[in-house]
Amino acid sequence: MAFEQVEVTVDELKHLVSNQALEGETMLLNMGPQHPSTHGVLRLLLELDGERVVNCIPDIGYLHTGIEKNMEAKTYLQALVMTDRTDYLNTVGNNLVYCLAIEKLVELDVPPRALAIRVILTELTRIASHLVWLATHALDLAAMSVFLYCFRERELILDILEICSGQRMMTSYIRPGGLWRDVPAEFEPAVRQFLRLFPARIQQYERLLTKNPLFIDRTRKIAVISGEDAIGWGLSGPSLRASGVDWDLRKAVPYGGYDQYEFEVPLGAHGDVYDRYIVRMEEMRQSLRIVQQALDRLPAGPVRSDNRKFVPPPRSELAHSMEALIHHFKLWTEGFPAPKGAVYVAAESPRGELGCYLEGDGGPRPYRVYFRTPSFAHLQALPILAKGHLVADLVAIIGSLDIVLGDADR
Amino acid sequence: MGVEQKLGNLGVLTTKLEEAINWSRTRAMWPMLFGLACCAIEMMSAQASDYDMSRFGMELMRPSPRQSDLMIVAGRVSRKMAPVLRRLYDQMPDPKWVIAMGDCASCGGVFNNYAIVQGVDEVVPVDVYVAGCPPRPEALIHGILTLHAKVRGEKLADWA
Amino acid sequence: MDLVDRAVEILRGKMKDAIPAVETFRGETAVVVRPEAIAEACRLLRDDPRLRFDFLAALTAVDYWPDEPRFAVVYELYSIPHRVFLRLRVPLSSTAAEVPTIEGVYPNANWHEREVFDMFGITFVGHSDLRRVLMPFDWVGHPLRKDYPLGYEEVQFSFNHEEIDRKKPYAQE
Repeated sequence: MAFEQVEVTVDELKHLVSNQALEGETMLLNMGPQHPSTHGVLRLLLELDGERVVNCIPDIGYLHTGIEKNMEAKTYLQALVMTDRTDYLNTVGNNLVYCLAIEKLVELDVPPRALAIRVILTELTRIASHLVWLATHALDLAAMSVFLYCFRERELILDILEICSGQRMMTSYIRPGGLWRDVPAEFEPAVRQFLRLFPARIQQYERLLTKNPLFIDRTRKIAVISGEDAIGWGLSGPSLRASGVDWDLRKAVPYGGYDQYEFEVPLGAHGDVYDRYIVRMEEMRQSLRIVQQALDRLPAGPVRSDNRKFVPPPRSELAHSMEALIHHFKLWTEGFPAPKGAVYVAAESPRGELGCYLEGDGGPRPYRVYFRTPSFAHLQALPILAKGHLVADLVAIIGSLDIVLGDADR
Repeated sequence: MGVEQKLGNLGVLTTKLEEAINWSRTRAMWPMLFGLACCAIEMMSAQASDYDMSRFGMELMRPSPRQSDLMIVAGRVSRKMAPVLRRLYDQMPDPKWVIAMGDCASCGGVFNNYAIVQGVDEVVPVDVYVAGCPPRPEALIHGILTLHAKVRGEKLADWA
Repeated sequence: MDLVDRAVEILRGKMKDAIPAVETFRGETAVVVRPEAIAEACRLLRDDPRLRFDFLAALTAVDYWPDEPRFAVVYELYSIPHRVFLRLRVPLSSTAAEVPTIEGVYPNANWHEREVFDMFGITFVGHSDLRRVLMPFDWVGHPLRKDYPLGYEEVQFSFNHEEIDRKKPYAQE
């Protein structure tokens, strides 16, 4: 098994474990960084009393990529490709929050068609991310077939992203001031096909899990957290809403045109693993509603701002406009300057609050980019949630928080 | 491990046996369940319904390095992770192969900075590089088939 | 917006000396707070029934090297009942890069402060567990400081193949 004996000395971690551990009454066990149920390269140091978790000390950073530092060395537009790779299940959402921050910093307007397409793609990515969550969460709890069903539907969403951008995952499709290009003609039928298909598929998953006694036994009353504690420990998104706190950034601080759509914010009552499951399943339905509304009301028009100081002109203009050529050359070699100042934009990622703190210094490169990532915040609540539960429950708890290590470590 | 030590120098007989063993090795090559970053999601896609790697005898992902033949390094390797990766590789029994999946594992990709190892070949020997950021599941399957072709050409004495 | 103004008013009323300036940019308000008063300011903002900034959304820092004051620690607070963001900025000089922890007010500041310590080398006085969080524990330096190099490695092409190989003898196996 991938559980290994710890080799490091515990001196440095003495203040984090109980006194029994030092006397050898409880066992210290290393879990990860290579472990099938830690959803990536998360390492946990567990103090165990038999099967019970006395203390759990997460050790992250095994996927630290230096994205924030690397973005400072690139222009605003070049740095966009880095954002995809932070939270690799929510690629479009990362692009969105970074572009929203740039647009706020330089005061750039986005045409309504681009806003609507952004919403459609972000919500589809949310569904895709929830599907990966459901697949792995169920797999951890030994429900193998859910994995195969979820990935079947996920391919449909990835196909839609590929139709638009040419890439399945790392789309970089949302750009400052709009989109890379307009969606092709195949886009709308593909999304409509998905909308027709998917509600029945959600029911399929629910038939497999929602009333499954094995699943209920493994998830009910596990890792209960009250709304107040959840806020204190920085939980956000579905993990917070499962504790009954009505807070969805799409409604609370509407961004990117979300205020035009009608949807509900599903809430849980108990704040346990099962409620987090129920909330996410319901969220997929609400995302479908948003996509449906956005697609039905998809306005015609341009998809990129015509502010040539920040958005490159279409290539068709280059042949007969000297000015367009200059703008094109300037934007692709130097980039655009952004004023001195700092903005913070928060968006609702599938996991929770994804914030982008962007500071400009008047030059073409971001002076400081910081991503407030939900997985980082959720992981630090893991010791509180895991305390007193069995090792086997720990797997369910990690799954229910829906962590992505690329998101936590950046 | 095992058969090649016993049969490594049997001369004429081994030419046929070699083919048979190499054939069987390509048909049940168990990858280690080891995902690092974005590419791991595509590796999961390759395992799942649409792409179905079990067609190549690879449906069994082994979470333990001691039971696996193939390490698919799926994602960027940070400097904190590199020693762990090497240790996992050392724990795998011979014969073993490594696929560097994606640009980050092959050469560092877009992350040319302090935190990321510029290519996993600085840490472990790599047999096949798969390009893409992340590579499509088809590309991974192509990489695996390339590895199979390579394995079919191997000599038993190479592992003895 | 008026809630932010009221928060600034309340802060000014209670602790006038600790608030040298209030900056507004693109509709976002940042209150500059002296380092020694940050925990009290956070407590005030959280506990005042009119404000209730109960959620620490983000905590990070910026390095202005070689300018002084060199660092600024940035606290992004959010009020879930009132749906409003407020930013606090704490400028720190390079000689005294220390600020009291706000772990006692917001428990989730724990890891955020560890991250800032890891990446910038800013010490949080009174922190319960100030270790590196992202980098290996034996790492030297603080990567997000501006005087820390990016660590760019030259890319190997056919024209400089041998030159790079000479620099990396360990890469050939």
